[in-house]
Amino acid sequence: MTRLTYREAMRQALREALASDPRVFIMGEDVGLYGGTYAVTKGLLQEFGPERVRDAPLSELAFVGAGIGAALGGMRPIVEVMTVNFSLLALDQIVNTAALLRHMSGGQFGVPLVIRMATGAGRQVAAQHSHSLENWYAHVPGLKVLAPGTVADARDMLAPALADPDPVILFEHANLYNLEEDVPDERNPDMTRAAVRREGSAVSLVTYGGSLPKTMEAAATLAAEGIDAEVLDLRSLRPLDTDAILASVRKCRRVVVVDEGWRTGSLAAEIIARIAEEALYDLDAPPARVCSEEVPMPYAKHLEDAALPQPGKIIAAAKATLGK
Amino acid sequence: MIAPPPSGPVPYPKDFSLRLLADMLRIRRLEERCAQDYGAGLIRGFLHLYIGEEAVAVGALHALEPEDNVVATYREHGHALVRGLSMDSILAEMYGKREGCSRGRGGSMHLFDARTRLFGGNAIVGGGLPLAVGLALADSMTKTARVTACFFGDGAVAEGAFHESMNLAALWRLPVLFCCENNLYAMGTSLARSESQTSLTAKAASYNMPAEAVDGQDVVAVHEATKRAQANVREGGGPVFLEFQTYRFRAHSMFDAELYRDKQEVEQWKTRGPIHTFSARLKAEGKLTEEEFLALDREVGAEVGRAAAFAARGTWEPVEDLARDVHAVQEAP
Repeated sequence: MTRLTYREAMRQALREALASDPRVFIMGEDVGLYGGTYAVTKGLLQEFGPERVRDAPLSELAFVGAGIGAALGGMRPIVEVMTVNFSLLALDQIVNTAALLRHMSGGQFGVPLVIRMATGAGRQVAAQHSHSLENWYAHVPGLKVLAPGTVADARDMLAPALADPDPVILFEHANLYNLEEDVPDERNPDMTRAAVRREGSAVSLVTYGGSLPKTMEAAATLAAEGIDAEVLDLRSLRPLDTDAILASVRKCRRVVVVDEGWRTGSLAAEIIARIAEEALYDLDAPPARVCSEEVPMPYAKHLEDAALPQPGKIIAAAKATLGK
Repeated sequence: MIAPPPSGPVPYPKDFSLRLLADMLRIRRLEERCAQDYGAGLIRGFLHLYIGEEAVAVGALHALEPEDNVVATYREHGHALVRGLSMDSILAEMYGKREGCSRGRGGSMHLFDARTRLFGGNAIVGGGLPLAVGLALADSMTKTARVTACFFGDGAVAEGAFHESMNLAALWRLPVLFCCENNLYAMGTSLARSESQTSLTAKAASYNMPAEAVDGQDVVAVHEATKRAQANVREGGGPVFLEFQTYRFRAHSMFDAELYRDKQEVEQWKTRGPIHTFSARLKAEGKLTEEEFLALDREVGAEVGRAAAFAARGTWEPVEDLARDVHAVQEAP
């Protein structure tokens, strides 16, 4: 058991990847000399040099595309995009090239690329730095989308993502970087199976990424009130572990999906659609969801708090499924 | 006013000269067949013909090594053919058959071939440039003496991807050969109607990149310029930008009514056709007789006929295999 922050865990994973495979390199804005926007890559430049911890100009389209090309050329690049908001400048390369190349080439070329990016709101950085657009990427066949919501996952998900022959996007919620947890010494090599973070039987709370701590907090409060909630951490947003979702829902017969994305067209909508398709008659109450309010993220603290999923909203939604 | 037709001595032995001529003719006859097959409904979707521009792919690609990387656009039938893909696999791809070079998943715009390191076939204008930069980055980091030739049209220079990629390649001194096929029109929009600076070499120079404008209708000029440029790139001198000034004799695609250019302009450019002007030069030098030309043309015609028969005989991939090649390992989303 080691106590680590989410940031340290990710840095440890990056260091191990760089040390163990000469094909691995990190590329992105201010990953080197500056030490990383969120200080994740701090110290790696000094340890591995500027070739392998490569500062790129503010050219998201070009350096994400260059990551794709380098992956095609035999390297194992880890591209850091500062935030999901800026990844929109590289959306063309991610969606039109990385995701499609294997299929368009009839299986001849794969893109073994990892793209890391920060996501989410909660730090008063206003509308252009607070998006939670995981579902945009989770929509696209050819991509895998991961959302580590624990410190152990921040450490463990990178290695399988790098070993994957196809492009993998890792979403790191910016509010999690300071999260500190005990992590077991053994690694979890699986990146696509959901994990039950808290066993329960009264209501299933399905969530991922930055909403996981809030959901755990809500579950603890519910427990104190005698409501035994289960918390399922999706971990992988594409592919979705549908079996684990259905198992939890069938066990609890009530479900609330907690998703920081905007409600309309959200990942929560997709999850609830799958539940409706496969387990409608196992439900004792209509499925519910707690998403972000449909406004651009406001700057003012009280408004930002009101726009986001919060433990109070999760508790209320869970109780409503129980008629309370 | 357009320039006079390419002229002057051909500085190659007869066999290589005829090889250049044969490849231009192979592209021409293949694409004439494509147009015909499109009319017959055998090829569908978008079909962009390279007719008129053959000297660029032929002259440039014959200056590269087999292990070099090639990134091309959606007007890439010629590049694929010269690179060494069989006419069979190219035409079968356009027919949508499993025997096509991309198993019928790509079509005309997405010809890929791992063996000859042809990385597509990219239908996003400018989309291939960042990819080329990355391929070159991999070679640079692994100290592999390989050149990545990246073809794109004049339309791409209006894209951010062009500017970002030119900067990155020059900044990191990567072995990219940027090959701009300037056929004067981005679909229907001329350079003068879309660019404040119409000199493409000036744009390249702004990234501290050596740049040269080349007569793209002259296969000799294209080949010589590319030989020089690829040698510089291969020796570690950083990227080079070549602008091949060329012209598309046919419409942009099969849906283009050509409202944006005069028929007279097209006819004038046809006097600079890469095949007949090169043939004339070879004949003047005694390297080609009319009989040899006709025999070559018959040979190429027979290759096209065989390819069409191969494509027609090709099989449809079973619908049960629809979801293959999305991921290396097929799984439920």
